[in-house]
Amino acid sequence: MISMSYTDDELLPISALQHLVFCERQCALIHIERLWADNALTVDGHLLHKKAHDNSHELIDGVRVARSLWLVSRRLGLVGQADIVELHRDGSVVPVEYKRGKPKRDRSDEIQLCAQALCLEEQLETSIDRGFLFYGKRKRRTAVAIDASLRDQTGAVIARLRNMIDRQQTPTATRQPKCENCSLIDLCLPDGQRFRNGVAAWNQRQFAVAAGDDAPLTDSYDFLSAEAN
Amino acid sequence: MKKHLNTLFVTTEGAYLRKEGQAVVVRVEKQTRLRVPLHNLDGIVCFGRVGCSPALMASCAKGNVSISFLNPYGGFLAAVTGFSPGNVLLRRQQYRAADAADSTLAIAKEIVAGKIANSRSVLLRAARDISAPDAQEQLQRAARRMANDVTMARNETSLDALRGREGESAATYFQVFSSMISPQATGFAFTTRSRRPPLDPLNALLSFLYSMLTHDARSACEAAGLDAAVGFLHRDRPGRPGLALDLIEEFRAFLVDRLTLSLINRRQIQSSDFEITQSGAVLLKDKPRKTVLAAYQKRKQATITHPFLDEKTTIGLLIHLQARLLARHLRGDLDAYPPFLWR
Repeated sequence: MISMSYTDDELLPISALQHLVFCERQCALIHIERLWADNALTVDGHLLHKKAHDNSHELIDGVRVARSLWLVSRRLGLVGQADIVELHRDGSVVPVEYKRGKPKRDRSDEIQLCAQALCLEEQLETSIDRGFLFYGKRKRRTAVAIDASLRDQTGAVIARLRNMIDRQQTPTATRQPKCENCSLIDLCLPDGQRFRNGVAAWNQRQFAVAAGDDAPLTDSYDFLSAEAN
Repeated sequence: MKKHLNTLFVTTEGAYLRKEGQAVVVRVEKQTRLRVPLHNLDGIVCFGRVGCSPALMASCAKGNVSISFLNPYGGFLAAVTGFSPGNVLLRRQQYRAADAADSTLAIAKEIVAGKIANSRSVLLRAARDISAPDAQEQLQRAARRMANDVTMARNETSLDALRGREGESAATYFQVFSSMISPQATGFAFTTRSRRPPLDPLNALLSFLYSMLTHDARSACEAAGLDAAVGFLHRDRPGRPGLALDLIEEFRAFLVDRLTLSLINRRQIQSSDFEITQSGAVLLKDKPRKTVLAAYQKRKQATITHPFLDEKTTIGLLIHLQARLLARHLRGDLDAYPPFLWR
């Protein structure tokens, strides 16, 4: 078997996995088109991580706690940063990821944590069987088992991401309720997609109306009034 | 992006702008005159001798707040732009589309047709609201001729023919422009469009506001990841923001011409507000320039429903939405570019 090894330029950010699970198009806009916009949710998340990422190492109750550790997997082609990695006396390594809010319906947080674990396993030549997610709203840790099923799912998402980035193709938008929470909505313009393959026809209709003799009524701005204010 | 972002206009000669925390601070003679949080701004426009700290420029470049340096009369001198490496793929698409005759013509046609349609909407709107019957008749006749131009523009088979059509239509439009000027507004008779330099107050006002609009369009291009210099209707020329000029076509009549008419018909701006230089160029004086900028800014805050996206937005954001729609078309998301049509 040939062992794959990705070069620096081919490494993909671990955070892209979450974007992909949330919305393929959002992931493509961020990681292929390099578009980004902040909203209240993203700023909040950023501040939360700023707190966790102070690059410090400390010893708490015999556990070495490393913050903002750089992660890389040459085999999977991933790169990223872990909020916290606990290095226990018994040699066990435990990643901890901070999240704002509460646990999500999908498994995106677990998948991100698992990807971190996979990087750590490769970097530290160890095996990891659990990690934790810390949710801001709950203010406590939730244990996550890094088991075969989660590893399989994570692997599948990594493969999908790799495929999409290789093709450099942004999927079409479909308007969904979750769009309302997405900071990229104004760059994505999911409603514009209602007219996919139909803009030419839309233009045709609009110009037919525009060539008629009706004056526009859409705003009441009076530009002819001679009265002084 | 639902919120309307403001442009900071700095017109005080000798003002110095610097960054303090996450805010921009305007200092004049070592006194702090104004402090605005950067996240409330979309752009900063500096007129004349205005200085700016490197820290502020860097921060603006990073946060997509455009800074333009203009001469006191609105002529463009320089802009501060950051890296935009992430948009290289979109830019390549833009260059490919601009290099190919058919895609260039397809986009340019929608832009020109949109421009003509919006110009004639302005005439029709004026004809409806005006009381003088002969002026009304003139405006309606011009609008009828331009209806034909809209249809013809969309059927043109070459860029040159399209530009010719645009020129003819603009001539028709400006021929009747003075019918929209109130008889009380003395000193604003419209003769012909003069730009370099503007030779009468009306042209000076139009040119000044077109350059404000161009600044906004340039920012909109950058924010959408497009190269503001590479246009479809406008040929490439060093120092010319071809794409920004393309984008303003749909907005010239709808935004600038109507605002200009409103300012002079309401006599917020009078002919005494201009000075004639020795070369014959007519320029807006310092104080009325502030009146014009305030009116422009206020107008941009008015809300309107975007015809294509069917979404409420401000007039100031319309040009950003158009830049994004164009980007989405270049990316292949939309099969054509939907121009802004005032209905």
